[in-house]
Amino acid sequence: MASDLNINKQTQIALYRTMVLIRQTEEALARSHQQGLIHGACHTYVGQEAVATGVCAHLKHQDVVFSTHRGHGHALAKGVPPREVIAELFGRVDGCSRGRGGSMHLFSPEVGLMGTTGIVGPNILQAAGAGYTFKLLGQSLVSVAFFGDGAVNNGAFHEGLNLAAIYQLPVLFVCENNLYATEVPFSFSSRNPQVGERGAMYGMPGIVVDGNDVLAVYQAAGEAVTRARSDGGPTLIECRTYRIRAHAEGMRDGTYRSTQEVAQWKERDPIKLLGARLTTDGIATQGELDEIGRTIRAETELAIEFAKNSPFPDPRTATDFIYSTQA
Amino acid sequence: MREITFTAAAREGLAEEMERDPTIFVVGEGIGARGGNFGTTLGLYEKYGGMRLNDTPIAERGFVGMCCGAAMTGSRPIVDFMFADFILDAMGELLNQIAKIQYMSSGRLKMPIVLRGCIGIGNSAATHHSGSYYSIYTHIPGFRVVVPSTPYDAKGLFKTAIRSDDPVMFLEHKSLLNLKGEVPEQEYYLPFGKANVVRHGEMVTVVALGLMVHKTLEAAALLEQEGISVQVIDPRTVAPLDMDTVLESIHKTGRLLIVDESFAPCGIGAEVTAQVVSRGFDDLDAPIARLNGAHTPTPYSPTLEAAVVPNTETIAQAIRDLLKE
Repeated sequence: MASDLNINKQTQIALYRTMVLIRQTEEALARSHQQGLIHGACHTYVGQEAVATGVCAHLKHQDVVFSTHRGHGHALAKGVPPREVIAELFGRVDGCSRGRGGSMHLFSPEVGLMGTTGIVGPNILQAAGAGYTFKLLGQSLVSVAFFGDGAVNNGAFHEGLNLAAIYQLPVLFVCENNLYATEVPFSFSSRNPQVGERGAMYGMPGIVVDGNDVLAVYQAAGEAVTRARSDGGPTLIECRTYRIRAHAEGMRDGTYRSTQEVAQWKERDPIKLLGARLTTDGIATQGELDEIGRTIRAETELAIEFAKNSPFPDPRTATDFIYSTQA
Repeated sequence: MREITFTAAAREGLAEEMERDPTIFVVGEGIGARGGNFGTTLGLYEKYGGMRLNDTPIAERGFVGMCCGAAMTGSRPIVDFMFADFILDAMGELLNQIAKIQYMSSGRLKMPIVLRGCIGIGNSAATHHSGSYYSIYTHIPGFRVVVPSTPYDAKGLFKTAIRSDDPVMFLEHKSLLNLKGEVPEQEYYLPFGKANVVRHGEMVTVVALGLMVHKTLEAAALLEQEGISVQVIDPRTVAPLDMDTVLESIHKTGRLLIVDESFAPCGIGAEVTAQVVSRGFDDLDAPIARLNGAHTPTPYSPTLEAAVVPNTETIAQAIRDLLKE
């Protein structure tokens, strides 16, 4: 647990609130999946909330995020309203991609969410490209790629980090190392268990943080964002974390990891860790934290109702938006 | 009117657009200070500097994916592949990302990216430097696909490509790069989806692209001496494809040959044929004919290479055969 950080009280409470918002939205989505309201895939972010929360707390709306198949947390932390995320998974017209994307194609450029992706890797390259635009146009903006340990042995990781390094682009490469690529352990996929130290191979800072400690993530991301905004180039941050639920809703989860391992990580739940710290440090009472939980639960329930009541898109619009204009 | 080469014409279009719009940048291997392997960016680095004309590592997937992200965020990248064969390493970025971003974002993101490179068989370039592949991109919703055949078209279509908010594949036949032709001094743009009737004739319609336009014109000149009158249509853009001009021509001639140096199966000729059968069947006086490059990787040795691609004589013979039907 990061203990010597100077992060003000309001920020710490805001971080707590965002993590609870992600958790409760994900749990609502998991219930909705069981009820048949979600038509396609649903990969939840439960257990990893500290990463999106700690990084996105530093971002402005014009800063951009390129996310993964496990992207609900990034969308919410970047400012996409829960009802737009939920409506998208319900396939409704008020979804953030107007029902064209689903969980793995969430787009909300208005708040800088430049897509989640169903293919592992391309978002790393796209984040470098956004950094290229910002540098070319002299904008003091930052681009972030989130990706899992499964992406770091893909060629896109190598090519993207190298391009960002040689052009000195304002990009954060945030690896959420949750130990498994679907069900394949990272220890199988990589002879070197360290992701953070790969930064040195590209001539960029590479940092390893406890990805379940939101204050540690916040601290590391803050330094990287400051460096990026001041033309100091990209940073690789490895956040060690853990996915609590199955790879995707509806999948079995007992064959590749033990219940004991899952239970140990639940003890290191990022919300529980920050909550304990907030009460110990006298920043919030348990009652106040419970109240945050209740408020967000009410918001989430409203969002679910909104999504249920949102209409399905008009079938006549199924081929709209393929091109910017008719030829 | 002055005459300049195909490459010089496209380069002039690029320079005009870069002068107008500071969000345009070019990346590729050796397109910076070197000016491009084919001189596509000659002189521009000195004027606009490294961020707007940036060399890349040999990492096609990487820089295509990077340019996708750049196009999503307000700049207008041009990727110069040198040889379009190299683009295949970036196929996932092209088909899964670049072609789909506008749709996935319900039109709130644009994809103003141009992907240019040389295509075509010739000069013993062998099979990693001779591909065309335009029918693959045409098959995918989201792309504009341009195959110019003259310096005039190259400039006008390249300028339109750069101004387009859609991803454009701009494919330049390498045997045409040094071809000279008339290009006006003043600025102009040519629309996508508008075929060019490059030769008027009465007895048979031939649709051809890129270098095959020139080979077909040579064949048509030969056949004129035999009393055969050939109409030659250059679609110029494969996506969108101007079928109206083709159908109008067949209404007059009743016969159609498609000459395409690329592969026949599922190719441009197959698409043109299917559309003519659907929309112009009653105008046909004979079965539709195709003359394609052989369905094979491209060989190196000059005798083998020449054997896999249509030439003036095989085109002329295909037209004679069609008229006997």
